[in-house]
Amino acid sequence: MLSYVVAMLTLAAIYATMALGLNVMWGMAGMVNFGVAGFFAIGAYAAALGETRLGLPIAGGMLAGAALTAAVAGLACLGLRRLRDDYFAIVTLGIAEVVRTVADNEIWLTHGSDGVSNIPQPLRGLFAAHYDLFYLALCVVLTAASYAVAEAARAAPFGRVLRALRDDPQVAAVAGKNVVWFQVRAFALGGAMIGLAGAMYGQFTQYITPDIFVPLLTIYIFLAVTLGGKGSNTGTLLGTVIVVLVLESTRFAAGILPGIGAVQIAAGRGMLIGVCFLAILQLRPGGMLAEPVLRVRRAAPPQASRSGGGDQASAASDT
Amino acid sequence: MPLPAARRKERSAIGAEHSVTSVAPAALLEIDGLRLSFGGVTALDGVSFAVRPGLITGLIGPNGAGKTTLFNAVSGMIRPHAGRVRFDGHDITGLPPERITKAGLIRSFQIARGLPTLTVIENLMLYGAEQPGEALWQALTRTPAMRRREALLREQAWQMLQRLELQPVADNLASDLSGGQKKLIELGRVLMRRPRMILLDEPAAGVNPSLARLLGGHIRSCRDDGISFLVVEHNMALIGDICDEVVVMAEGRCLMQGSFAEVRNDHRVQTAYMGRAA
Repeated sequence: MLSYVVAMLTLAAIYATMALGLNVMWGMAGMVNFGVAGFFAIGAYAAALGETRLGLPIAGGMLAGAALTAAVAGLACLGLRRLRDDYFAIVTLGIAEVVRTVADNEIWLTHGSDGVSNIPQPLRGLFAAHYDLFYLALCVVLTAASYAVAEAARAAPFGRVLRALRDDPQVAAVAGKNVVWFQVRAFALGGAMIGLAGAMYGQFTQYITPDIFVPLLTIYIFLAVTLGGKGSNTGTLLGTVIVVLVLESTRFAAGILPGIGAVQIAAGRGMLIGVCFLAILQLRPGGMLAEPVLRVRRAAPPQASRSGGGDQASAASDT
Repeated sequence: MPLPAARRKERSAIGAEHSVTSVAPAALLEIDGLRLSFGGVTALDGVSFAVRPGLITGLIGPNGAGKTTLFNAVSGMIRPHAGRVRFDGHDITGLPPERITKAGLIRSFQIARGLPTLTVIENLMLYGAEQPGEALWQALTRTPAMRRREALLREQAWQMLQRLELQPVADNLASDLSGGQKKLIELGRVLMRRPRMILLDEPAAGVNPSLARLLGGHIRSCRDDGISFLVVEHNMALIGDICDEVVVMAEGRCLMQGSFAEVRNDHRVQTAYMGRAA
């Protein structure tokens, strides 16, 4: 039972990293990305194939997974710069399906539906006894790092521009911001996190196949961000934990509820996800933790004797 | 491509005003034969005029004259089909909005398009120029350069709020403000950019008369600080009150340019507004 809980928490950490990536793209910058599963696949395959075929060290494979996904996400966003809202979302869904189909068919590269197996795990030899606990700790650290990066981006002037162009891209352009360039960077940053999550997933299960990376996975991640609070990184973490708990707890329903078998559970899970979406959007459209409002504190009291607009003014402290 | 013959005709239509302005300082904003149509509807039909630096120039005309379309074309939101826009001697025709803003020419919006999920002070700070923290790497590492600039922008934004008497709502979301407060924010944030010239699109639309006077006072004091204005406005009292010069547009063209008194007494302008007398 303990090992099951550890595995579930590890999966939650991996999903949380992915959800943070989506929150940067969608919550913070307002671009709907229905291709989360595809970017997750790119990260997973790049790391797994880099390690098993090119002999990259494990850290190098993870870096390659994150970097390649960031590059693909940035280029995709650049290529789609003329599409708005729904159209953008539809094409991202298409990109994810293309990635999955390529993984399924380019057997020389990806082993097709046989998948990639024997994906190496970091520091396996060192922690032979309680490896699952060590790997959980590693995933939590990587998730925390992603959270720190997403929060830094949100609190900085960079995040302010993202929120501005999410609200009204024309106003952001008139404010002097190159809207497309900000969108591309937000997509690349989010892509790096999703790619990293993919690399972590491959190590965790040591085996990946194309049919893991289905659109349903994207839906789970959207549910996590929506539930926690779109735009809020803390909310995203909370939402992911709850979604993973709900998804996993349905496994036990078969043993408790009479007349419910594995097939009914699988079908019921999809319904449950739909009901969750409806409930959140009706009851708390902003999510459990709404996006925090950044209070701008003054560096000095308003009555300061300082005369207006000096360039050295109030550089001493910051919020 | 502009049509030189049409352009000359347009200039001569402006008439005697122009020979007077030729001794004044060179034009800051020159609009030269701009054409733009949407489907079969001609919105701009070769509009040409020049705006001199250091003045508040009014841009008036009946509904559908093409004033807002002209603003959209000049500020880079729509690309004109023909004609040129020069700002401070540089051709800015068809540049994207952010490049035009960086050149020192910035526009406001007719309906105060506050950024609803930004606070009032963030709306102002967003418009500040040269924030290195908008680079991703600087944002993630919180460089001293970013923090210095942020502190300075915060100070400037605070002073702007003091000037507009909006400090009490500094940390409110822009969506929670009244219509009049949004109009003040709209003016305040374009000023945060420290532009050389501002295109103001109906700054007093839907505000009460005393706030309109207050806005007029702010605009005049900015003019005295050296900022030039081109103002689209339907409130003629405000136009008469603040404008040094008025340009009249009708049917996508410049009808005339002159002082408010000259424009008011011109029968062509009266015809454009009222229709031809029976």
